[in-house]
Amino acid sequence: MNNPKTKTPRLAFGKLLLNESRLALRVPIGLGVGLGLPILLLVILGLIPGTLEPSSDLGGLSYFALLYPILVAVTILAQSINVLPRNLIKYRETGILRRLSVTPVPPSWLLAAQIVINLTIAVVGIILLTAVGVAVFGLEPPRDILGFLLADFLTITSLFSIGLFIAAVVRSDALAQGIGGILFFALLFFGGLWIPRPLMPAVLLNISNWIPLGASVAVMQNAMQGTALSLQPLLVLIGYTVILGYLSVRLFQWE
Amino acid sequence: MTQNPNPIAITVSHLKKTYGNVKAVEDVSFVVNEGEIFGFLGPNGAGKTTTVECITGLRHPDGGTISVLGLDPQVDGEALHPIVGVQLQFSTFPDKLKVLEILDMYQSFYPNPANPEELAQVLGLSEKLGSYYKTLSGGQKQRLSVALALIGQPKIAVLDEMTTGLDPQARLDVWELIERTRDRGTTVVLVSHYMEEAERLCDRVALIDRGHIIALDTPYGLAEKVTGGKQVRFVPSQSFDDGLLRTLPEVKTIEHQGKHVKVVGSGQLVNVVIKTLAWNGVEALDVQTEGATLEDAFVQLTGRHIHEDTKAQST
Repeated sequence: MNNPKTKTPRLAFGKLLLNESRLALRVPIGLGVGLGLPILLLVILGLIPGTLEPSSDLGGLSYFALLYPILVAVTILAQSINVLPRNLIKYRETGILRRLSVTPVPPSWLLAAQIVINLTIAVVGIILLTAVGVAVFGLEPPRDILGFLLADFLTITSLFSIGLFIAAVVRSDALAQGIGGILFFALLFFGGLWIPRPLMPAVLLNISNWIPLGASVAVMQNAMQGTALSLQPLLVLIGYTVILGYLSVRLFQWE
Repeated sequence: MTQNPNPIAITVSHLKKTYGNVKAVEDVSFVVNEGEIFGFLGPNGAGKTTTVECITGLRHPDGGTISVLGLDPQVDGEALHPIVGVQLQFSTFPDKLKVLEILDMYQSFYPNPANPEELAQVLGLSEKLGSYYKTLSGGQKQRLSVALALIGQPKIAVLDEMTTGLDPQARLDVWELIERTRDRGTTVVLVSHYMEEAERLCDRVALIDRGHIIALDTPYGLAEKVTGGKQVRFVPSQSFDDGLLRTLPEVKTIEHQGKHVKVVGSGQLVNVVIKTLAWNGVEALDVQTEGATLEDAFVQLTGRHIHEDTKAQST
């Protein structure tokens, strides 16, 4: 017979991942907000006359180049704060995690599968946005590619930590939906979706620097232009990741 | 049966579990033998679910010890989960997964699983294998939940209200499956509030009420021991004073069920009841006699019917 120690775990995680992927495709609200919306916005933005022209008001960047990192953040935000915690909370509310806890597969595997899938969707979103931006609208690729990847990575870790923290402390899906919705727009506001960071008043910019999305966009814009990465926003992102990541692990309840 | 017919599967001693001020389980002890079907029977809130959830490691007892196949469920979950299949009372699955996808995932969790299609066939779910979970009826969801408890071919299956919400035919099918599962060597622990289910399936039954086991025996033994084992049911030709019968030594309980009267007791119960009524000018019509049932035993032990106060939350 098969040896349970070698056979079961990998195969079982694969099956979990397969079913979670099916669900992501069959309930495509997450895909719509995480992939469809930012790409749609990018295309609309690119088609508005003048948005591709560099502007001295915006520090020599085009409006398009300024909004591209924010749309990257939208993709990550949708998966981390809207989709991931709601799925986990639903799994807890409906007893799916509890049911798993009496099988050989621990419920933490389902959490891991959810993170893998939402992370994958976010990464696909970033690649698509970048490809469309560069190929169709002549976006200049980030001059500091490594810096840009670092910015994406830390944006992902900090926003996913926020999402996991929500999943850990919020008990009902309805509440998580409300919190996710408010955070989505609040974070985008501080990231500069409505008032780009170069146009923000000093007070607002100062707050933005300490908010995950503001810090993300700051680092991404640094990397886009190839200027030296500033330390402060990097530390902010690392801080959110470490503190909220730690709290999520400590506070998460499976029942 | 082998030479050693009764090795022990589960031992529970002095189990206690309290939720806030509510004592769900107070000092419960019992032993389940390997290869038997052991039932917990009692009204909602009696402590049945809490007891079996301590066995499966879902809940942590406040006192007492539990040994399941020599393992402690609080500590050795990793060793127990592959060999203990569980059906929980309130578990659901994602709406947009198909039945076969759920079964296939769960079978991958276990070292030596049953074939999902065959199990689905036995449980009458074959036609639903390709359907989304959300399209299943309540009974079909329930049968899927039983299937998932058995898919790992467990040594022990713990089933909590497995036939709730099933129509009579589906209930019979599930009972047959459980019997066959036991015949293949699986020990079955089930929680029920259906007397019929316990009478039909269980080798032994623990009657549980308000956190205590109030009796533990074979279904027949319980009925026999507690009630004396006889009952007579009839329609009196006119109303009469219960006191006429209550004073008879053979009579244990008298119950009016619409126009019928049911008397449970022992000895020459039928003769004595009919004669006594006749002396008092009451004729007993449509007389039916039977052995006493588990339900009778339950009523006698607790002073109420098992389905009273069913609105209380089950614990």
